[in-house]
Amino acid sequence: MQRSFIAKNPSVLIFLACLALFTLMVTVLSEGFGVGMISTSFVKTLGKTLCLCLIAVAMDLIWGFAGILSLGHFAFFGLGGYMIGMWLMYERTRLIVVDSLSQAEIPPTGAEVVDAIGNQIFGVVGSSEFPVIWAFADSLFLQLVLVVLVPGVLALVFGWLAFRSRVTGVYLSILTQAMTLALALYLFQNDSGLRGNNGLSGLQNLPGVEASQDVVSLWFLWASALALGLGYLLAAWVVSGKFGSVIRGIRDNEARVRFIGYSVETYKLMIFTLTACIAAIAGALYYPQAGIINPAEIAPIASIYLAVWVAIGGRGRLYGAVIGAAFVSLLSTWFTGGQAPDIPLGFYTIKWVDWWLVLLGMSFVAVTLFAPKGMGGLVDLWTQRRAPNRHGADLGPDDGALREQEARK
Amino acid sequence: MSTLLEVSGVSVSFDGFRAINNLSFQIGEAELRAVIGPNGAGKTTFMDIVTGKTKPDEGRVIWGEKSVSLLKMNEAQIAQAGIGRKFQKPTVFEDQTVQENLLMALKKPRGWLAVLTYRPAGEDLDRVAELAREIGLHDALGRTSGELSHGQKQWLEIGMLLAQEPRLLLVDEPAAGMTPQEREHTTDLLLKAAETRAVVVVEHDMEFVRRLNCKVTVLHEGAVLAEGSLDHVTSNQEVIDVYLGR
Repeated sequence: MQRSFIAKNPSVLIFLACLALFTLMVTVLSEGFGVGMISTSFVKTLGKTLCLCLIAVAMDLIWGFAGILSLGHFAFFGLGGYMIGMWLMYERTRLIVVDSLSQAEIPPTGAEVVDAIGNQIFGVVGSSEFPVIWAFADSLFLQLVLVVLVPGVLALVFGWLAFRSRVTGVYLSILTQAMTLALALYLFQNDSGLRGNNGLSGLQNLPGVEASQDVVSLWFLWASALALGLGYLLAAWVVSGKFGSVIRGIRDNEARVRFIGYSVETYKLMIFTLTACIAAIAGALYYPQAGIINPAEIAPIASIYLAVWVAIGGRGRLYGAVIGAAFVSLLSTWFTGGQAPDIPLGFYTIKWVDWWLVLLGMSFVAVTLFAPKGMGGLVDLWTQRRAPNRHGADLGPDDGALREQEARK
Repeated sequence: MSTLLEVSGVSVSFDGFRAINNLSFQIGEAELRAVIGPNGAGKTTFMDIVTGKTKPDEGRVIWGEKSVSLLKMNEAQIAQAGIGRKFQKPTVFEDQTVQENLLMALKKPRGWLAVLTYRPAGEDLDRVAELAREIGLHDALGRTSGELSHGQKQWLEIGMLLAQEPRLLLVDEPAAGMTPQEREHTTDLLLKAAETRAVVVVEHDMEFVRRLNCKVTVLHEGAVLAEGSLDHVTSNQEVIDVYLGR
């Protein structure tokens, strides 16, 4: 029974190989390093999709494995983006300001430079003072630490309060929605210190980097692929051992786990915080590729989409979450980007930009009803892992035994 | 024989209904005890109080040599202190294998960090195999426990309890829904377990209790009605009235 981690989880190796192959293909076909068959903007879309896959892995950990339907993980994703965005914006503005002030006859003092940066960044919200939360914005290292620290601490505090009171099920989902909504509404305010509804912009321009976007987009694609690979490995390792047993136990029967002597609240808190940190890292890689972040990104609907991706992909298996996120978000880009051909019905023309959400909603319902294993379930067909057809009879001789339908899950 | 668990003067009411009324109960180490009583006598509530699921309105629950109060501890802490509980319905983790179920219950550090870095050592797997043999599931180690029969699940749950190495075992209706052979096996398991630890069996079925051949506590309306050998309590007029009268 003692086998290595990879031997027990062959899907991890297959996944990593597919990811590496994908990254190589995109690189070869890109404009930056290859033959130029894939446009830079599409490279960015693919890089962003990898980040979405990473947060889907986090969502699968918390929902598919621990059974906590968190509808607030995009709050952590967005916070991660804001944290890296603060440094990107500060540093780029500083370079521009220093450049323009160097033309002046009297060299500018440090305070003048900071004032000028503040003016540039906050002029749009009618202010020029740096808020306290920008205290570390001049240090890349500190902001990178904050990428993990701020969402991590928020998750820790929120989770501690929620889990300690034994809030579970749909009530917890509503609480997480409230959290992400509250955060979004707060950030919408101009005096929140993060430029209100303007958000942070120009994030695609890396300060001090001369390379063109063709190349930078590939750097981010590689970084996103690396993060996804490592995140997937971490998640697979976490769920493979006894910790995975315990959190799946919590999903299936919380009280029983408690009576075995595990502190359910602590476990929930840990997995919640861990997934929040993974989400934050995904966000920190996503927004420099998107170029802009504003509070609308962390609206409650974003986290609900996340749950839809994971459900369609198949929760309870990590590659299912990745497949779901990649497939649905790319399809969504295709439909909403106006690339999907309209369907003229004579009396009415179906415009996919309007109808895509209806299609997505219907497929979500269909998956939930008819294919609860999601797209990941297709792998079972291929590997022949099928339950024998017992024509609805019990698997065991008693009522307590799993019925055929349950076993198929 | 020293006292392992002492429950004294405990009362609890739900919405005005007194489920437990000034109940007192003691059990020593390595003792087998059957608790019987009609429906609504407070048997399950009694277990809930001991395991920390329900907090009593008044009374004391004292545990072990150090006489710690269980009332200040939560379920997980009480379980770690050495009280194991088996539920009426078999509750095993159905989408995990028998081995995973037993490994999870095995007495090991329960902290999240220790669990995260835990990899089963050879001796742990041996212990699991030995337990599986004891409960008659040795061939089923790799099977998903959801596929097991009702009786096998009950045994798996008892096996998980034994893996926890508790000093007190609370067992709620272990023989419900079992075939005669399965009952016999269950009796053996419980008798064997009681050689080294305290076991409290809540049971409806008098035949099963007779086979356990131990001291019996009769509960009625949340309090102890009689205590002694099965023959002693069944000859008690009050007990006869409660069970047969009305």
